[in-house]
Amino acid sequence: MSLPILKKEKLIEVLMMCCSFVTVLTTIGIILILTLEAIKFFAEVPIGDFLTDTQWTPLFSDKHFGILPLLSGTLLTTTIAILVAVPLGLIIAVYLNEYASPRFTAVVKPILEVLAAIPTVVYGFFALQFVTPLLQKIIPGLNGFNALSPGLVMGIMIIPYITSLSEDALRAVPRSLREASYGMGATKFQTAFKVMIPAASSGIIVSIILAISRALGETMIVAIAAGQEPKLTFNPMESVETITTYIVQVSMGDVPQDSLEYKTIFAAGLTLFVFTFILNNISFFVRKRFQNKYE
Amino acid sequence: MNSKNYSRGKLTDKVFKYTALAFTVFALSVLVILLVDIFSKGLARINWDFFRNLPSRHANRSGIMTAMAGMLSLLFFTIIIALPIGILAGVYLQEYGKKNRFASFIEINIANLAGVPSVIYGILGLTLFVRILHMGNSLIAGALTLALLIMPIIIVATREAIKAVPNSLREASYGMGATKWQTTSKVVIPSALGGILTGIILAISRAIGETAPLLVIGALVYVPFIPEGPNDQFTTLPIQIFNWTSRPQADFIINAAAGIIVLLLITFLLNGIAIYIRNKWYKKIKY
Amino acid sequence: MKQRFKLFWLIFVGSASFVSCFKNYKGRINIDGSSSVYPITEAVAEEYRYKHGDIRVTVGVSGTGGGFKKFARGEIDISNASRPIKESEIKACTENDISFIEIPVAYDGLAVVISPSNTFVDHLTVAELKKMWEPAAQQKITSWKQIRESFPDVPLRLYGAGTSSGTYDYFTEAIVGKAKSSRGDYTASEDDNVLVQGVSSDKGALGFFGLAYYVENKTKLKLVGIDAGKGKGPIYPTDSTVRTGVYAPLSRPEFIYINAASANSPVIQDFVRFYMENAPQLVQEVGYVPLPEEAYILSYQRFQNKKLGSMFANKSTVGADLVALLKADQ
Repeated sequence: MSLPILKKEKLIEVLMMCCSFVTVLTTIGIILILTLEAIKFFAEVPIGDFLTDTQWTPLFSDKHFGILPLLSGTLLTTTIAILVAVPLGLIIAVYLNEYASPRFTAVVKPILEVLAAIPTVVYGFFALQFVTPLLQKIIPGLNGFNALSPGLVMGIMIIPYITSLSEDALRAVPRSLREASYGMGATKFQTAFKVMIPAASSGIIVSIILAISRALGETMIVAIAAGQEPKLTFNPMESVETITTYIVQVSMGDVPQDSLEYKTIFAAGLTLFVFTFILNNISFFVRKRFQNKYE
Repeated sequence: MNSKNYSRGKLTDKVFKYTALAFTVFALSVLVILLVDIFSKGLARINWDFFRNLPSRHANRSGIMTAMAGMLSLLFFTIIIALPIGILAGVYLQEYGKKNRFASFIEINIANLAGVPSVIYGILGLTLFVRILHMGNSLIAGALTLALLIMPIIIVATREAIKAVPNSLREASYGMGATKWQTTSKVVIPSALGGILTGIILAISRAIGETAPLLVIGALVYVPFIPEGPNDQFTTLPIQIFNWTSRPQADFIINAAAGIIVLLLITFLLNGIAIYIRNKWYKKIKY
Repeated sequence: MKQRFKLFWLIFVGSASFVSCFKNYKGRINIDGSSSVYPITEAVAEEYRYKHGDIRVTVGVSGTGGGFKKFARGEIDISNASRPIKESEIKACTENDISFIEIPVAYDGLAVVISPSNTFVDHLTVAELKKMWEPAAQQKITSWKQIRESFPDVPLRLYGAGTSSGTYDYFTEAIVGKAKSSRGDYTASEDDNVLVQGVSSDKGALGFFGLAYYVENKTKLKLVGIDAGKGKGPIYPTDSTVRTGVYAPLSRPEFIYINAASANSPVIQDFVRFYMENAPQLVQEVGYVPLPEEAYILSYQRFQNKKLGSMFANKSTVGADLVALLKADQ
């Protein structure tokens, strides 16, 4: 092979390698920016205050910089979403895997995936304009802005995350296990819950972790329907503000670039990033181990 | 086996079966209710004026022209940035990446990026593109931000598509004396095109629906003008919907619903095309 | 395979040319600032657009404070303001060689609103409002009963302008006695629509914003009469009570500030002329209170004569007689 061709090959390979390096640069960029700006923030606000203060009022005369209110808003809406999505998602996955005919599954699964494809503004609209009024009829005195409505809608949105991955995990369980269970006279229900789910547990756990991560990072549904008042509460009927809504709110306002208030979005963003980063990594490693188990 | 246990087991089984079916139907019906609610609220509003008009303080004179212009321009720039880099990266990782620590490091990295909340990409874009590189809240800053966001999708889809190409094709190509790049570019990539295309379309579909990162980089919410170029300010359809949804007047809610119908139609169309291409391509390589 | 590539390129190029249909405008006017003044300027800009489609007018809502910051940096031609420019802001302008022309455009009465389902509140005194909003109330005043003994023990939830808003500055100055001084635990938003949404659906809610946002959402809100303790009883914001300042202390004039350098451009001159001509009608339509006819004429003269500086340096706007001030400062 002639030298020019070899050179060209090498050049192209280097070019492609650089392209794949863009992802590494992105991660480095995110971590650098969040950390550096957060450090500047913590130079002025003690990290102890940040973690323990129960008020978040960075823009007012009585300034407080406690992340707990925003964190509670995020966790509250996420918890409601998960409480909806995990039972529904798992049971549906079991049904599709054990009980339903392949044709039924082939039709239903894609339709459920549509739930994940719908843009989140649409869900936000649905939460504010349909679910909240509906809930207000059932629960008199419910606020227009509350955590319950977006939490429920987020839960519905996340069901495909749980269903798809759990169903894949269930399908990957060796037939022999299932056959053996039936062979001992177990019903489908017993087989599903005593044999299949435990066997597929790592895949199911991965799906739950990914769903949690998705819910933590959700912005538009809560921005539209949950409210804009940071409040330390675990009452789903109150209006709350999540970390994500806060970041959008400050960016949409006009906060001067180098002010302490502006730096709050980095501190808040870093908190959020740390949570999702840890969750994503756990799920990645669990998934790797689970893949290896069945290879 | 004890007959009492057996019949109890059977009862549980039956109860569960119908409960589970009910849950499935419930999940599907929420989707149906959502679509019906939105269509009933917004369908009447859709006419040519809705597409041609710029936003207005009067709901019935407001239209989505600037939102559509902004969205299409933004998509165009996002794609021309994300596509080449994403595909080349995916090709490299799958075809050239040796099973070494570097490759698996990037793999973890991409899995992570796919799970990073979109607002964080917004913060990245705001700091890097808008402020440090002085691009302001322009189309190009938005495009760069979105490109970074969808790149993991394109890379993963490319890798999956290339993984599915049978090795026999590669062997045959090497057997004829082709170099690695010749094989990759003339044999592997064309065979994987269907899968890659599917990934592109899914990435577009994702980019279209993104709102939060664009709000963070400063995309405007009320844009009564058509962007004058990639350095201009802009808005997109999801942002316009967000603005109308936040307004308490009933007429703007109708506008929001109508805008959602347009957005959903585009999203479903794209996803439908992606599924169609994927099915056709899947059949093709299964020889 | 070749055909597949051709098709791909065709679609790509086709969409590229479709998408690159950017528009070219002949003139640009950048406006930003108060969300209270925004409805007026937006209405004017929109009507102007129908007459001159090739002039691009953008109106942002960064808040009065945010608007002045941009104005001082020369980034915008006109700043919407729901309070007069402050000393520090004037200084920032002179540091960058920016001079301005101050023009009042309307009267606004800050509306204090509650939910229609709130049946126990009819009016409030300024002292009661202060108890509700002052910094000392943070985390402490959480029930209506603490405001007035006869009120039921309903949770008090507050909604109001954010800290970069002129409305916020004005409200805190008028009610608490010191600008920018308030509790921080309320739903603060520069987007008044969020506030309307919040108050309308919450029985224990109370909010404040520009009168225009009340007028536009009358059916969803209940107006609260304000008793300033001057013996006149509770007053509601109407055209006459706002214009004469009887609706106290929450009546205020609203302004636009024009960059003196931009005022040399024919595009800006035409726009300001259009603004002054159409303000009486549009201000009314939007829900604010128009100035007396004479004031608009004097204001336009002020612009044409390029009269620089503020009429309100070191003066409060409460009860100010705009016509007299305009005449005096010609």
